[in-house]
Amino acid sequence: MAVLELTNISKHFGAIQAVNDVSLSLEAGQVVGLMGDNGAGKSTLVKMIAGNFRPSHGTMYLNGVELVLHRPVEARQHGIEIVHQDLALCNNLTAAANVFLGREMCRAFGPLRVLDYRTMYRRAGEIFRELKSETRSRDLVKQMSGGQRQAVAIARTMLSEATIVLMDEPTAAISVRQVAEVLNLIRHLRDRGIAVVLISHRMPDVFTVADRVIVMRRGRKVADKHIATSSPEEVTGLITGAIEQV
Amino acid sequence: MIETARRYWDETMTIILDQTIAQKQQNWLTAILGRQTFWVLIAVVLACIFLSFATDSFATAKNLYNITRNVTFIAIVALGMTLVIISGGIDLSVGSVLCLCSMVLAVVMHAGYSIEVGIAASISTALLIGAFNGILIAYLGFPPFVVTLGMLSIARSLAMVASNNTVVYQFGPDHDKLLALGGGAWLLGIANPVLYMIVLALLTGYLLRWTRFGRYVFAIGDNEHAATLTGIPVRKIKVAVYMISALSAGIAGIIQTGWLGAVTTNIGAGMELQVIAAAVIGGANLAGGVGTASGALIGAALIEVIRNSLGLLGINAFWQGTFIGGAIVLAVLFDRIRNFRHSE
Repeated sequence: MAVLELTNISKHFGAIQAVNDVSLSLEAGQVVGLMGDNGAGKSTLVKMIAGNFRPSHGTMYLNGVELVLHRPVEARQHGIEIVHQDLALCNNLTAAANVFLGREMCRAFGPLRVLDYRTMYRRAGEIFRELKSETRSRDLVKQMSGGQRQAVAIARTMLSEATIVLMDEPTAAISVRQVAEVLNLIRHLRDRGIAVVLISHRMPDVFTVADRVIVMRRGRKVADKHIATSSPEEVTGLITGAIEQV
Repeated sequence: MIETARRYWDETMTIILDQTIAQKQQNWLTAILGRQTFWVLIAVVLACIFLSFATDSFATAKNLYNITRNVTFIAIVALGMTLVIISGGIDLSVGSVLCLCSMVLAVVMHAGYSIEVGIAASISTALLIGAFNGILIAYLGFPPFVVTLGMLSIARSLAMVASNNTVVYQFGPDHDKLLALGGGAWLLGIANPVLYMIVLALLTGYLLRWTRFGRYVFAIGDNEHAATLTGIPVRKIKVAVYMISALSAGIAGIIQTGWLGAVTTNIGAGMELQVIAAAVIGGANLAGGVGTASGALIGAALIEVIRNSLGLLGINAFWQGTFIGGAIVLAVLFDRIRNFRHSE
């Protein structure tokens, strides 16, 4: 059964039709590559799932129940996590502090409530080990490589029992070796039974890690097929419009 | 209770040590040597040692009492300023707010009200001004520089209006209480303002290091966009930060009124620059995201020691600005050199 189901979703900003009548479903433990040219509506679509925008038309169902989101926080409460393109990290804080940003753990100290550094360091360390990342909880994000920074952003999604993780261009600005690291992180999420949506411009990444590929062009979904039945050439054609629809 | 406190202390030390070790991947000595606050502290200590030998009057009980008390007014306001600077903002209005709060206290008490009413009115004034600054900055998107520059002018003008630009030196029925509050030494002969400063510094340190609020202030100062995306109530935190800054100016104003025994409308004039200097010398980064409570204290101490020593050494007071300005540039220069080495 689908974890998340979108039926006839549209979004317009004034006269601009950003997303037009898109239906799709996400399965648990499946990586979906979401591809398309700039302005094709990928980000808008993902932002509706993450609670940043409300759809103008159409309905979303989470585990068969209608889902209406007003704010990003509500999406999080429903187990939908997003890794932003710019990662939303604070360089002056440690890896653990970034992982727990906005969800810090506290403990009682007499009448006061103080940050529970020890538990947060330990928990963040566990998540990094689980992700097989070399990132250390106590290191400052300032001193980290692109891959480690991705690991910190992804670790955030594992604090709670996320069922859906949306990733916006996670491999756009990092070195080749680090790309492999990030793709491994994505596989880990998948193996935990999480549905992953991977927005990417990079054909090799999608064909390496994704189970399905969805292509959007000018707000419409023009393809949704298993990776094995498609090819980079076909996807390129769909993105540019050389192939109308499959 | 003692057991809890000891565990708390142990944990704190472990964390601090762990952090410094992990961050620099070198030993803890190197980590301490890398802190600007440490070097400024060394400068203060060296200056004190030098002055003890070079002059007869420095290491006297009376002079040390004077220095510690003089440090406090700048230091208390610098604590609030440090929070603002960490959040990536600036508050130019503190000197004028200090003046207005002193004047509100003085006028209310002069009119025959008790010291409690006077302090309540003064603190309320501070919080109101802080909220005004904060709301304009956080909700309406005004640049902090502009809003607080405006408030610098407004608050001092209001102080003149409230007092009709006169000197207030009679504080009604609770006159003696107010003077004792600011001028007394209730504990071990330590001047009261120093006690307040220590308590407030501990409170600020606690806020910054051990609370979510403090964590969010650091996050906002480094990357406001990220803070918003992770669900931090950025605007509320910013308003609170400016309220704390104004509050610290208000508290300093109340104490200073009690110490001086009189209020004029030029009290605290130009103070904002000394306060910002103290915070910056103490390691706060004007770009946001960096700063400590102890740094604010040590920065204020260095400025006061410079001021005091020039007088004792018989150097013309006109040189003060040069030395304090030099200290600012030196402190930040040190930070730049360290960053330079890092990037290499």
